[in-house]
Amino acid sequence: MNLNATLFAQLAVFFILAWFTMSFVWPPIVKALDERAKKIADGLAAADKAKMDLANAEKKAVDEMRKARESAAELRAGAERQAAQLIDEARSEAARLIAQAREAAEGEAGVAMQRAKEALREQVAALAVSGAERILRREINAQVHAELLANLNQELK
Amino acid sequence: MSEHAVEQAANHGPTAGEYIVHHLTHWNTTGHAQAKIVDFSVFNVDTLIFSVSMGALALFMLWRAASKATSGVPGRFQAAVEIVLEMVADQAKGIIHSAESRKFIAPLALTVFVWIFFMNALDLLPVDLLPLIWQTASGDHHAYLRIVPTADLNGTLGMSIGVLLVCLYYNVKIKGFGGWVHELFSAPFGSHPVLAPLNFMMQLIEFAAKTISHGMRLFGNMYAGELVFMLIALMGAAWAGSFTGAALWVGHVIAGSMWAIFHILIITLQAFIFMMLALVYTGQAHEGH
Repeated sequence: MNLNATLFAQLAVFFILAWFTMSFVWPPIVKALDERAKKIADGLAAADKAKMDLANAEKKAVDEMRKARESAAELRAGAERQAAQLIDEARSEAARLIAQAREAAEGEAGVAMQRAKEALREQVAALAVSGAERILRREINAQVHAELLANLNQELK
Repeated sequence: MSEHAVEQAANHGPTAGEYIVHHLTHWNTTGHAQAKIVDFSVFNVDTLIFSVSMGALALFMLWRAASKATSGVPGRFQAAVEIVLEMVADQAKGIIHSAESRKFIAPLALTVFVWIFFMNALDLLPVDLLPLIWQTASGDHHAYLRIVPTADLNGTLGMSIGVLLVCLYYNVKIKGFGGWVHELFSAPFGSHPVLAPLNFMMQLIEFAAKTISHGMRLFGNMYAGELVFMLIALMGAAWAGSFTGAALWVGHVIAGSMWAIFHILIITLQAFIFMMLALVYTGQAHEGH
């Protein structure tokens, strides 16, 4: 263990090596490490954002589904209500038509009956008059007793 | 002493002491073991070669990861480098609160960690492998080679003095030259003219102790580790057909494996400790007393 000038040579080598590391080794590796750290941080942030987006999208989808179901139910209720109304209207229309038809038929029947009654009455009157004529052919002058006959005819009505 | 021992070893098979002394002698610019404790005219060639090549290898590896770094899915290699880098960056962030200072200190800490780890890892190569290759290649069968730069005090003190210079720089940068000088004379005992010399002495001792212990800790660990590997290698070298020799050879395998596995921890731990202390000391330079 002797001391000699190797010491100063080693001292110089020491600083040359340190300078080399400082200039060419340390900065690129530290830069790469920092960049990688940033990349990882960015990646994690992006993953978090994607997770949040997914949650939002799921919530939105559920909302849309609920809305669609609600509007479908509303539409169905409306359609049912309308259908019921249409049926009611049709029913009342039908009832009205039936009543009308019945009224018309009843009126017609009444008129026909009236007419038949009158016809029958006239025939009865004519038969009575002709019967009486046959009986009273001679004694009764049609012209003289016209007023009497007319009265009789009137009473038969 | 070592020179003498090695010359002796040239004549006959080395004794255990000669083997270890030979292995602990640096290949330097003088061609023989350094005579004086401190001699600034000498360079340890082996320390320089392995320190620079391990530094280049470590940085080439890091640079390859850096040049291919993407912010996308990382490959295994990139991920491994990123783990180390983030570990260092986290430690730096916890200790040094100035982002501006971290731009230099954090890469420095990463460099120190990876570089020291690579240099320490040379200890795991068989102690005789590279010296033998070098002796064969150079044709000198007594050529010296120590391959672990962190087991050389020059290597570790060189780095710890580098950390000291960084500390001094940030002391001045953060507190201003005047502020730092004021701190030198007013801390730790308080701002009083009588206490100023004492404070200054304490500060000097603190800086010296930090730097020397910083370098010595790494050196001591790696030197001791290397020495244990050599002692274990001596067991294997005793193999000579006798029963004791065979038992020692088995002992070498067992002890060598155990020590190498344990040494993986030491290698990493010492690199980490050196890095952490570099961060702590530069962090202290940012804080006023």
